Amino acid sequence: MARMKFTSRAVVLPLAALYFLVPIGASVWFSVNEVEGISFDAYTQGLGTEGLTTSLMLSVRLGLATIVCGLLLMVPTLVAVALYLPGLRRTVEILCMMPLVVPPIALVAGVTTVLSWEQDLADTPFYMTFQMLRDENFPLVLVLVYTVMSLPFLYRSLDAGLRAVDLRTLVEAARSLGASRLQTLWQVIVPNLRTAVVGGAVLSLAMVLGEYTVASVLSYRPFSVWMVEIKDSEAQLSVAAAMLSLLITWGLLLLLTTLAGGRSRRRTPLNSGSEKRESRDNRKKTVS
Amino acid sequence: MTVSVHLKNLRREFGSTVALDGLDLDIAPGELVALLGPSGCGKTTALRIVAGFETADGGELLMDGEDVTSVPANRRDIGMVFQSYSLFPNMTAAENIAYGLRVRGRGTAERKTRAGELLELVGLPGREGHYPHQLSGGQQQRVALARALAISPKVLLLDEPLSALDAKVRLTLREEIRRIQLELGITTVFVTHDQEEALSMADRVAVMKDGRLEQCAAPGELYDRPATPFVAEFVGTMNRLPGTVQDGGVVELFGRRLPIHGERPAVGAEVDVLLRPEGLAVGAADDGAGAPATVRVATFLGATTRLHLTTDSGAACKADLPSWEATALAPGARCMITPHENPVLVAERAGAPSLKV
Repeated sequence: MARMKFTSRAVVLPLAALYFLVPIGASVWFSVNEVEGISFDAYTQGLGTEGLTTSLMLSVRLGLATIVCGLLLMVPTLVAVALYLPGLRRTVEILCMMPLVVPPIALVAGVTTVLSWEQDLADTPFYMTFQMLRDENFPLVLVLVYTVMSLPFLYRSLDAGLRAVDLRTLVEAARSLGASRLQTLWQVIVPNLRTAVVGGAVLSLAMVLGEYTVASVLSYRPFSVWMVEIKDSEAQLSVAAAMLSLLITWGLLLLLTTLAGGRSRRRTPLNSGSEKRESRDNRKKTVS
Repeated sequence: MTVSVHLKNLRREFGSTVALDGLDLDIAPGELVALLGPSGCGKTTALRIVAGFETADGGELLMDGEDVTSVPANRRDIGMVFQSYSLFPNMTAAENIAYGLRVRGRGTAERKTRAGELLELVGLPGREGHYPHQLSGGQQQRVALARALAISPKVLLLDEPLSALDAKVRLTLREEIRRIQLELGITTVFVTHDQEEALSMADRVAVMKDGRLEQCAAPGELYDRPATPFVAEFVGTMNRLPGTVQDGGVVELFGRRLPIHGERPAVGAEVDVLLRPEGLAVGAADDGAGAPATVRVATFLGATTRLHLTTDSGAACKADLPSWEATALAPGARCMITPHENPVLVAERAGAPSLKV
């Protein structure tokens, strides 16, 4: 058994590492390799190129807005379904999983059609709504589409989180103590879903930062679109930017997971003598 | 503040299942009433209606004479302790206890003082900073009790709070709960399926069956004078022995005529006589009176010994004897059994067509 574990470690881990590291290494090499030797120009000068900061900031803002919209929609919905409408659980699950099977290109075709109604609504107040949705600086329409596309990630992670807590009892305990529904949600449920919320948020953010199809078809220029656009003129810069985006994504993931871990560190069990008996009791409880 | 609670003709149906079928129950201020019954009898539904987590399809719920049937759970001023561990995992013991006060907008200082007082009351001083996962099951339920009491509720509801704990902790905690309840004089409703728990803690025990109240009485009365055969058999151990109803409201059992308590079937009816194991006298085989029987098993229980007997007519029964009297009655021994002459309940004979009363 131990030997098998050793073999798997010795073989699988290096293989997996190669699979991930070779492309990254090759990209880094490509971005610094010049005719006259190694140069970090793509990183030092290229990153000042017009459009990079704007597109990167747009992507991050879109990502954060998507997370906020997605969570505002999904947390109350899933809590309500779990508590009051358990019969709808399956339906909600299927609905939330739909974006996985609908290709983004099909999704964006629908969105384009809807946006084309703008002409017909020119005389109505809805015209302004469409203008707002399409705002170049912050296209809300992308936030809406990304929110839909993030539903599977949010659903999976929140569903797992909700199953892990005794939701009904926690809600009833809070209600009997006088908490309103909003207080119960905000002070009792959300803090206990912290890990699930962060997990879903991380996945959604990663999805938004890498999304190309929808943004490109709708002619917006977030980071991914910008990277592809400059590829022809500034190939090295494009790859350098890709490396940078990788680092940014990792940085954000690290930040979010640290935020989620904050509580568990605070909750490290105390180790005074009187605790020993309790932990034994706890074990007994778990066994029974 | 102690209030009375009145459940009036409460009805609740879940689809085709009738959970409560016109439940009436009056609880006096400061009283501890246990709702006891087999699973599915509606006791938890009744408690949840009092808490406001379920709405009754019909009937009324009065607290201190005021109709609270449509008041939402968070405005009923009720403290509840749940069966499963219900402490908020993201809060310390003190934060859990003070949560009700926080929701009511009380200041930090007041919350801290109150949490300290209550931890003292439930025997966990100094545990303010502990998180639920750092507490044992028994300690968690103590904190849950403290949390329920922190808001000085009008009524305390306990939904099988001890059932997840091991036997020893259960025993200490039930005494603690009773002590605290008496100390605060708070009206309390306690749901349990454990009759020992109900009989040992409650001022009165309400036995429920199929969504209805069978009997609500003090533990002693419930045991000695059960109102219905169901209560008789549900509370404590009961023998069913074949008897015949005779003139004058008596039933004949093993040659003795015993007065019938409660419903009297028609004369001549073949019935089962309900007798507690201590209601049977066991004598030597040559006594002459009673029914001849054979000892099958003798279980030593300390002060008493329980004999499992089979009469020569084939009826099986249990009898409790002081252990010193039971020494001669080893398995296989012959003896005579006679019922003590106390009023007895009779029930339709098991497996027989229904009786005409």
